[in-house]
Amino acid sequence: MAPVIANTDPDVLLRIEGVSKVFDGVVKAVDNVSLSVSKGEIFALVGSSGCGKSTLLRMLAGFETPTSGRIYLSGQDITDLTPYQRPVNMMFQSYALFPHLSVWDNVAFGLRRDGLRKAELAERVDAMLSLVQLSKYGKRKPHQLSGGQQQRVALARSLAKRPTLLLLDEPLGALDKKLRETTQFELVNIIEQVGVTCVLVTHDQEEAMTMASHIAVMDEGYFLQVGTPDEVYEMPNSRLVASFIGNVNIFEGKVDEDEPDHITVRCPECTHYVGHGISGVPGMNVGVALRPEKIQLSAQQPNKAHNWCEGEVVEIAYFGAHTTYHIKLNTGMNLKVQQANLTRKTADDLTWGDRVFAHWSRDAMVVLTE
Amino acid sequence: MMFKSILPRIHGLFTVRNLVIAVPMVWLFALAAAPLLLVLDISLAHMNITSVSSIWHWADDELTLKFNFGNYLYLGDDSLYFKTYLSSLTFAAVTTLYCLVLGYPFAYFIARAPAHLRSVLLMLVMLPFWTSFLLRIYAWKALLSDNGVVNQGLAELGLVSSPLHMMHTSFSLTIGMVYAYLPFMVLPLYATLVKLDGRMLEAAADLGASPFKTFWLVTVPLTKRGIIAGSLLVFIPAFGEYVIPELLGGPRTLMIARVLWDEFFSNNDWPMASAVTIVMILLILVPMALFNRYNDETKLGDKS
Ligand SMILES: Nc1ncnc2c1ncn2[C@@H]1O[C@H](COP(=O)(O)OP(=O)(O)OP(=O)(O)O)[C@@H](O)[C@H]1O
Ligand SMILES: [Mg+2]
Repeated sequence: MAPVIANTDPDVLLRIEGVSKVFDGVVKAVDNVSLSVSKGEIFALVGSSGCGKSTLLRMLAGFETPTSGRIYLSGQDITDLTPYQRPVNMMFQSYALFPHLSVWDNVAFGLRRDGLRKAELAERVDAMLSLVQLSKYGKRKPHQLSGGQQQRVALARSLAKRPTLLLLDEPLGALDKKLRETTQFELVNIIEQVGVTCVLVTHDQEEAMTMASHIAVMDEGYFLQVGTPDEVYEMPNSRLVASFIGNVNIFEGKVDEDEPDHITVRCPECTHYVGHGISGVPGMNVGVALRPEKIQLSAQQPNKAHNWCEGEVVEIAYFGAHTTYHIKLNTGMNLKVQQANLTRKTADDLTWGDRVFAHWSRDAMVVLTE
Repeated sequence: MMFKSILPRIHGLFTVRNLVIAVPMVWLFALAAAPLLLVLDISLAHMNITSVSSIWHWADDELTLKFNFGNYLYLGDDSLYFKTYLSSLTFAAVTTLYCLVLGYPFAYFIARAPAHLRSVLLMLVMLPFWTSFLLRIYAWKALLSDNGVVNQGLAELGLVSSPLHMMHTSFSLTIGMVYAYLPFMVLPLYATLVKLDGRMLEAAADLGASPFKTFWLVTVPLTKRGIIAGSLLVFIPAFGEYVIPELLGGPRTLMIARVLWDEFFSNNDWPMASAVTIVMILLILVPMALFNRYNDETKLGDKS
């Protein structure tokens, strides 16, 4: 086997090769992870709590040393560099602003370590503060700011040194839902303005989808799938990914016909006619993943042989813009269906106990072999 | 009109809150303020042969107060007092400095130790309190005297030909004071160091600060309160220390508490002794006031 060579592709900024981290000899927090991140992109690590996201990020920052594997930044091996030697800056989960320093001095902290001239230092700190719209707050101490303002100071501080790589650990974790949504866009705007490459950790899959250009879904220390947000959402490669990213209905069944352009899957609930082929054999067990928003409801029985089933409305959750129905099928399976509310609520809308037909198109589903 | 506005105010004095505060207030007054006022009173009086004169005179329905500032003026006249105050302040400051320099790494190490070891280590710091203070100071005599353990050891190793003279010097006094007061420095330092947020140190390293810079720019400022509290806890009692200078000090190690003792028990001059005390307290109040001001300034910073 050829020796592992640091990447030669000029577009790749960060390259992780077979990195593992074992704590106390037994806890495998990160398990043989490989990854490359291109220049200027925002890369998100998502996964449930304790899956090793923070550990991986901390290895990039240099706070943890990998048990095995190498990390390359701009082609240079940085695995053994200390945190203060790396051109990498991190925005901490709960900001970790220095409470004894003013906002201005917090932002200046990293630049002072570089021994910048006074005038240039002041210029860059002021530029950073105006970027995050906190020019007027320079003299304040961190505890005199709101949560959202503290978050922006933390961002300014981590960007001030113009790092090659910016690491964000749950950057919006401490904000409430409403503020999170506006801040997500703000954050992406600033990051794009600066043009810095980012690795972002979050357990919120929606946040990952809106902010990142690529997503890695992690579970128990390894990557389940890496791809663009729509790839991961529309073409999940396993049941775990499908159910972690968004809502999903999964039918279990057996492959009936396996043609290059379509397959049919026989399930207890119905037969699926899926408009894409898989690499499998007839008779094999598969899951068919179907997103709730890709299903339609109607009172009449659909006029087709596949891709529909009948059930009873047992649950209605009204969200304003859309409504989620739970339909109990004959087999006992609970089918989640999401309908956009195209008209205002009327008296003859679906209600509890109604019998309905759910149907969907041949391109609505994904067949999962894992 | 007047009456109406005063009544609710008097009533307002007896709220539960005020009554609760009243208990420690009365306590403080009885045990700290009252004796202090008494000392102040005596310091302004004359010493008759066996009794202290009163500054209060009641005659012809008139109360007159007669202050005798002679004691205070004498403090300024005799340069021995000035020298002694200065020497006491110096010993206290040197003791505080050594305690800080020794105690900080001590406390740092304990605070960074695994959680289950910390209580054991803290116990070891407090262990000396289990034996008599006097006994422990006496033990230093056995160690440092001309034919003590240290000199015997040095002689046996052939490092000295005649014993080093260590007892009753400023060396033995400083060792004794640092030894006795070290725990008072370590405990408050430990209390702030153990609360120090590890992410602050990571953030500093992440921003390019070397471990030394991180210590100096982050750890030290964030443990300032512990440093100040520990320094006061050492400095104030060290300034007025009597026992250690008496046992380990010599004729040249002037300490104000020994002067105080002499005034009281040898010269039997209570007003003079009281004047010495009042000046001592004033000297201590200065660092206390500075600390309080710092405390007020940083109070805001703590509520975050
Ligand atoms: N210093 C450590 N010592 C021992 N085990 C650790 C240490 N740090 C993390 N772990 C373990 O490693 C695993 C991964 O932890 P990590 O903090 O990376 O999770 P995470 O994905 O960031 O989770 P969360 O979303 O809750 O922050 C967990 O099982 C955790 O208990
Ligand atoms: Mg985490």
